[in-house]
Amino acid sequence: MPPGEESRTEHPAFESWGRYPVHQAVLKPLHWQGDFPAVLQGGNGGALAVGLGRSYGDVCLLDGGTLLPTTAMDRLLGFDAATGLLTAEAGITLAQILDFAVPRGWFLPVSPGTKYVTLGGAIANDIHGKNHHVAGTFGCHVPAFELVRSDGSRRICSAKENPELYAATIGGLGLTGVITWAQLRLKPIVSRGIDYEGIQFHGIDEFLDLTSKAQHLEYTVSWVDVTSTGKNFCRGIFMQGEHSQTPAPLTVSAKPKLVFPFDAPGFALNRASVSAFNALYFHKQIQPRVTALQDYEPFFYPLDAVLHWNRMYGRRGLLQFQYVIPWENAREGTVAVLQEVAKSGLASFLAVLKAFGDQPSPGMMSFPKPGITLALDFPIKPAKSFALFDRLAAMTLEFGGRLYPAKDARMTAAQFQAFYPQWQSFARYKDPALSSSFWKRVTGEGA
Amino acid sequence: MSTATQQQREPKKVLVLGATSGIAEACVRLWAARGDSLFLVARNTDKLNAVAADGRVRGAAWVGTAAANLDDTAAHATLLAHAADSLGGIEVALLAFGVLGDSKDHSFAAAAAVLHTNLVAAASAVLWLADYFTARRAGTLAVLSSVAGDRGRKSNYVYGASKAGLSTLVDGLRNRIDREGVRVITIKPGPVRTAMTEGMKGSANFADVEKVAATIVAAIDRGDDVVYVPGIWRWIMAVVRAIPERVFKKMNL
Repeated sequence: MPPGEESRTEHPAFESWGRYPVHQAVLKPLHWQGDFPAVLQGGNGGALAVGLGRSYGDVCLLDGGTLLPTTAMDRLLGFDAATGLLTAEAGITLAQILDFAVPRGWFLPVSPGTKYVTLGGAIANDIHGKNHHVAGTFGCHVPAFELVRSDGSRRICSAKENPELYAATIGGLGLTGVITWAQLRLKPIVSRGIDYEGIQFHGIDEFLDLTSKAQHLEYTVSWVDVTSTGKNFCRGIFMQGEHSQTPAPLTVSAKPKLVFPFDAPGFALNRASVSAFNALYFHKQIQPRVTALQDYEPFFYPLDAVLHWNRMYGRRGLLQFQYVIPWENAREGTVAVLQEVAKSGLASFLAVLKAFGDQPSPGMMSFPKPGITLALDFPIKPAKSFALFDRLAAMTLEFGGRLYPAKDARMTAAQFQAFYPQWQSFARYKDPALSSSFWKRVTGEGA
Repeated sequence: MSTATQQQREPKKVLVLGATSGIAEACVRLWAARGDSLFLVARNTDKLNAVAADGRVRGAAWVGTAAANLDDTAAHATLLAHAADSLGGIEVALLAFGVLGDSKDHSFAAAAAVLHTNLVAAASAVLWLADYFTARRAGTLAVLSSVAGDRGRKSNYVYGASKAGLSTLVDGLRNRIDREGVRVITIKPGPVRTAMTEGMKGSANFADVEKVAATIVAAIDRGDDVVYVPGIWRWIMAVVRAIPERVFKKMNL
C-alpha cells in the first residue's frame, strides 16, 4: 500500500514513535512473569514483546501478529544498596528506575534521550547515550537477565551462563525470547546536577577538535544545524557535562505537565519554520561558551517535558535517520551527508552529532561502533523525504557505516544484510514464534 | 507525597487481602515506600512473591506473605490470626480480593461463585477483622467495593449485586463500630485500568491505577467513610441512581 493518508484506514492499537509505518496487531499485555508461554504459543501471526513504543520505525511493530506490551510488568525485584545492582522486571521504565534510584544516590549507567523507555526495550535495542565514549552501550551494564522462549524454557543469560543467547539478546530487537527480568548496574551520584558546558562550533573540524579535547569528560553530544550552508555549514553547539560532585538534595522528579495536545497540520513544519528554529537554537546561546549547573532532566531528557511531542509532526509522522560511520571515513562521510541534507531543502529539527567510543558491546547485533554518529528526523513527505533517506542510506553503506534499526523504517534488506553481516549467525538464536515488521522487511522472512 | 509527610507519619502495620489485584498492588507500593510493615495474602505464590519483592525493595520495613484461596472461609480465622501475629498486630487492613465473573454466563453456578468470593468470603474476613479491631478499640478497615453496587445494570448485575451487598454490609458495620474507635471505609472505585478490566470496552479511558491508589491510601490515612475514586464517580452515580427504572431499563447500560 502506498504511504500517506490513504493507508491510515483505522487507528492502530499500537504505534511506534515515528507513527510510520502503521501496522495492525492484536495487543495482549503481560502482567506477570508467568504469563508468557501460553501467549507465546498462540496465534500464527507471531508475537513480539514491546515496551513504550519509543523506537521510531517498525522494530516494535508486527503486522498481523500479537504484540505483548510489558509495561504492567514493572516490579522491582532486588536492590543491593552497597553495589547499586538493581534487579527489575523488564517492563519497568527508566523513568520509574530514576524515581527509585535518584533519592537513594544512584543513577542510570547509560541514559538515552528519553526516560520513557522500558528496561527490556533498552536491552533489545542496546541503546546508547551521551557517555558512549566512556561507558559503552546500555548492554555493557546488564550483567544478567532471564529469557523465556516459546518452547517454554526459561534461561538465565549472562556472560557465563547461556553466553550465546546473552550476546544475541542484547541488541537482538526482542527476537530471541521475552525478557522477564534483568539486572542493571547503577552508578553513584551525590547531586541531581550536571556541570554543563555548551560551546559553539563552526564546521566539522571544530567539532572534531572539541570531541578529542572532551575525551575525559563523561557526557558529550552536539546539536548541529543542518539547514545552513556556506559559512554557517555544520555549525552547532557542543554540549558536555559531568555529574556534579557537590552534594545536593536528591529529590524525585516532578511529573511532566505539558502534553502536545493535537496532531499539528502537515504544513506546520516547513523549511522556513525549521530554519528559524535552528537559527534561534544556535543563537539561544549568545556567548561562544556557556557553563551552568543544570538539572539532569533538561540535560538528558529535554523533550520529555512535553508528552507526545511527536504529534508536532502531525498524523503522518516522522522519519528518523541515524548512522555511524567508522573513523577512517567519519569526517568525509559526515560532511558529504550534511551537504546532501542541506542541498535537499528538507529540514531537520533535532540533528544530533556524537563520537562513539571503542568499548565493545556484549551484543551481537549492537549498532554503535567507533566513529561518528549522526541522527536526523524529517517529517514524512513520501516523495522527498523517502528519496533523501534512500540516498543517505546508500551513502552510509559506501562510507562503511551502518544504520540504527531502532530508528529505521526504510533500509532495504540488502542494506541491512551489508550493515550487519552477522545477521545470519544471529538468526540461529531467534525464537521461531517471535518476529517483527522490521525483521520481516530486512530478511524477507514470511514473504 | 512529600518527603516531609513520609517522615512525620508513624510506620503502620498493614494487612492486604488480595494483594496481587491491580489496585491493591499499587497501594502496597505506596505503603512500602513509606516504610510500613506489610502482610500480603493472595492465591498465586509466584505473583505474591513478585509483589512482596517489589515492596521490600521499595522500602517496606517488613513484608510477610501467605498464599491462600480466600474462598475457603473455614481457613480465615487461622490465616488472619497468623497474619496478626506475624505483623505484631494489625493497624490497617485492606480487603481487595474479588472476581469480575463472566457477564455473559447467566447460570446460577457462575452467580454463586461471584457472590461467594465477593460477598460471603469478604463478609467472613470483614467480620473477623471487625472483632479484632473492636477488641483493641483501634484500627482501620478499608474494603474495596465498587460503583457497580450502586445500581443494578444489565451488563454486570451479579458482580453489582455482590458489591451492593458488600457496600451495605460495610456501611452498616461502620455504624456499629465507629464509636468504638474503629474506622471502617467503603471504597467504591469506578472503572480502573488493571489486569481485571483489560480488554473491556473503553478501558483506555479508565482511571489510572496509581492515582486511584494514592486516593485510597490518603482516604485510609484520614479515616474517611465512603470514598468514590476517582471522586467524580460520587456525582456520576448520584445521577445514575436518580434515573427512573422505566427509563433505565430501556437504556443500554
